[in-house]
Amino acid sequence: MDLSFTPEQETFREEVRAFIQEAMPPHIREKAEKSGQFTMDEIMEWHRILYKKGWVAPHWPKEYGGAGFDAAQRFIFTEEMALAGAPGLSPFGLSMVGPLIMHFGTPAQKERFLPKILSGEEVWCQGYSEPNAGSDLASLKCKAEDKGDHFVVNGQKTWTTYGQYADWIFCLVRTDSSGKKQEGISFLLIDMKTPGVKVVPMLTIGGTPAFCDTYFEDVEVPKENLLGPQNGGWTLAKALLGHERTMIGGTGPLLRSLNNLKRIAAECPDGQGQTLADDPSWRRRAAALEMRYRAHEMVVLKQIAEQQAGRQPGPEASIMKIVGTTLGQQIDELTMDTMGLNSLNWFNDPPAVPPLQEWVGSNFCYNRATTIFGGSNEIQRNIMAKMLLGLPTLKFQAS
Amino acid sequence: MDLQYTEEQLMLRNTVADFVSRESPISRARKLHEDETGWEAAVWKQMGELGWLAFPFAESLGGFGGQFVDAAIIVEELGKALVPEPFVASIVTAGQALALAGNEQQQQNWLAPVLAGEATLAFAASEADNRYHIAERAGTTLDANGNGYILTGEKVWVDNGQAADTLLVTASGPDGLTLVAVEADRDGVERRTVKTIDGRRAAIIRFNGTPISADHIVGNPGDDTVALVDRVRDLGAAAACAEAVGVSQVAFDMTVEYLKTRVQFDVPIGAFQALQHRAVDMFIENELLRAATLAAALRVDEDDVSERHMAVSAAKKQLAVGGKFVAYQAIQLHGGIGITEEHDIGLYLKRMQALGVLFGDEAWHEARYADEPAFQAR
Repeated sequence: MDLSFTPEQETFREEVRAFIQEAMPPHIREKAEKSGQFTMDEIMEWHRILYKKGWVAPHWPKEYGGAGFDAAQRFIFTEEMALAGAPGLSPFGLSMVGPLIMHFGTPAQKERFLPKILSGEEVWCQGYSEPNAGSDLASLKCKAEDKGDHFVVNGQKTWTTYGQYADWIFCLVRTDSSGKKQEGISFLLIDMKTPGVKVVPMLTIGGTPAFCDTYFEDVEVPKENLLGPQNGGWTLAKALLGHERTMIGGTGPLLRSLNNLKRIAAECPDGQGQTLADDPSWRRRAAALEMRYRAHEMVVLKQIAEQQAGRQPGPEASIMKIVGTTLGQQIDELTMDTMGLNSLNWFNDPPAVPPLQEWVGSNFCYNRATTIFGGSNEIQRNIMAKMLLGLPTLKFQAS
Repeated sequence: MDLQYTEEQLMLRNTVADFVSRESPISRARKLHEDETGWEAAVWKQMGELGWLAFPFAESLGGFGGQFVDAAIIVEELGKALVPEPFVASIVTAGQALALAGNEQQQQNWLAPVLAGEATLAFAASEADNRYHIAERAGTTLDANGNGYILTGEKVWVDNGQAADTLLVTASGPDGLTLVAVEADRDGVERRTVKTIDGRRAAIIRFNGTPISADHIVGNPGDDTVALVDRVRDLGAAAACAEAVGVSQVAFDMTVEYLKTRVQFDVPIGAFQALQHRAVDMFIENELLRAATLAAALRVDEDDVSERHMAVSAAKKQLAVGGKFVAYQAIQLHGGIGITEEHDIGLYLKRMQALGVLFGDEAWHEARYADEPAFQAR
């Protein structure tokens, strides 16, 4: 056994680092080093830079235009991106619907959609939740009527992250209400420009319009945009949720918030002539979080090692979402505590705090969503209790 | 990066597990609670014959050249049935100290019989007032006396101190911290056997001006010995974590089994969501402990002291946070039966509690981590 990376992997790390150094435009670099917050335009600009390099989809196989990185390379790549503070790309095309299209799509669908996801020409969003279908996702009502060569969609989706910037939405819709609720769901790909689609952004507690309500009124969707079998969408939905859970629990953003926490502590006076970073009790709190991060990171590394050896990740993969999101919130909480009265700042308007602290309050608020989206952590526990521990289910209880 | 156990390691794990289920089920550990030594020489001899005691040592010492990970596998499996033989004291702490710093003669005298299962060791470093700072403070003194030395002081809670043939003792000597090998049956060595919370035995050992000859000093006194004891403390802490992985796994498995079989309100209580979520949290903490411990087991062999410290402290912290959570909740979810002496689950709680304070507790490791320059620089 050996925890160190091979010389080839270290060379790869150097290559990634050098690329970021060279390719990141000055206006993005400035934000990467300070607020860490990017506009959609900047995110897409970085998307295109990575696309040109062939690295926009590290996890896609080469045959689909991905970088074809192995698990260890992906870990290194993600870690270097996080350390550099590079913009996080929109995951809906690259990490969510893209891999699903590869797996379940027809040759025509692959050809139609995958290249434009890669190039960034088409931005995607996700239409899963509805006002009355949250944790109980399978009770969704948004309806798609079969009209022969097309469907007609009516209903509402909500929590559509960055729907206002999206060209396409992948949706779970009800195509059959007669049997078990999971068995009447289909997976549709819908062009947001189709008449009858309306997107209404909503402000989150983070003060940004990160989510939208998306309405469908007699929206015509051609049959060729059905992904997977009609009424077989629940299988796709579950595959995606499984993937989303490991993605949300990833280590890159956590590493970055830990670094930010330390940098902020070094610029926050402790009121007695030193900074918080010099305060033993602050250091103990931060150390406790970093130690947990190490344990979490090792769970991730063990999975990567499994994948490298051509095996499926073990059941411990399922703990990543709960551990990662909870830890992320704890880091946010300590960062707020660290800032003291500066944590009262709201968007630095007018400027009152150093740039590094500008977005902390907003992110602290918004990141409360991480333990809710992608299947709330309580739903995760229900699933794990049943699937992993084999505990019995009560009739009235969701699973 | 390679985190796969080798075929040999998987075989080792199976061999130990088989041995434990055959020779040392939990009932044996329970019976030995009444024994003044706390373990059996015949079983130790068997372990020597099976070659386990030689695993982590270099081939030149008669070992198999294994790494700490091999020792961790053995310790984890022994931990599952709370096997009380003094593997950690003899092989991991005192044994490694002799392997790392002893000369050939010393290794021949004191280590070779241990590898054969014919003798045991103890690492005596804790005192009433040095707490976990065993590499930084020793109130026990080693004073020059003619051609040799005199050892004076008291060591407390010495793991296997009640039975060890040879004690490795830390003392403040003329050249700084010094490690001394002392045959336990010498004049001037006064041992008191004490019972511990987990049903085992330890010793409080007094050295009343014990004469020590120069050939009993192990390694170079001063900075080298400070570094050596610091390393031994990390080895001991990593071993405590490895044992805790075994303890935690069994406590978790027993609890899940209980949730599936205990019926109340006409259903198995494992159907209740509050208990399901608790069980999942136990699963999570158990997995994090396993992962952090593997990282520590791999890093503890490394020369990078800072990285070693941080990986070991992270694991020991997770033992204290996660391992104990599993043990405490195991009792809680067993309900009333978990409080009885008759039920085994309480034995796992007690061992976990003991492991929590061996080689540095949560606060000590957290503070050490927080003071590492590498932590502050990141």
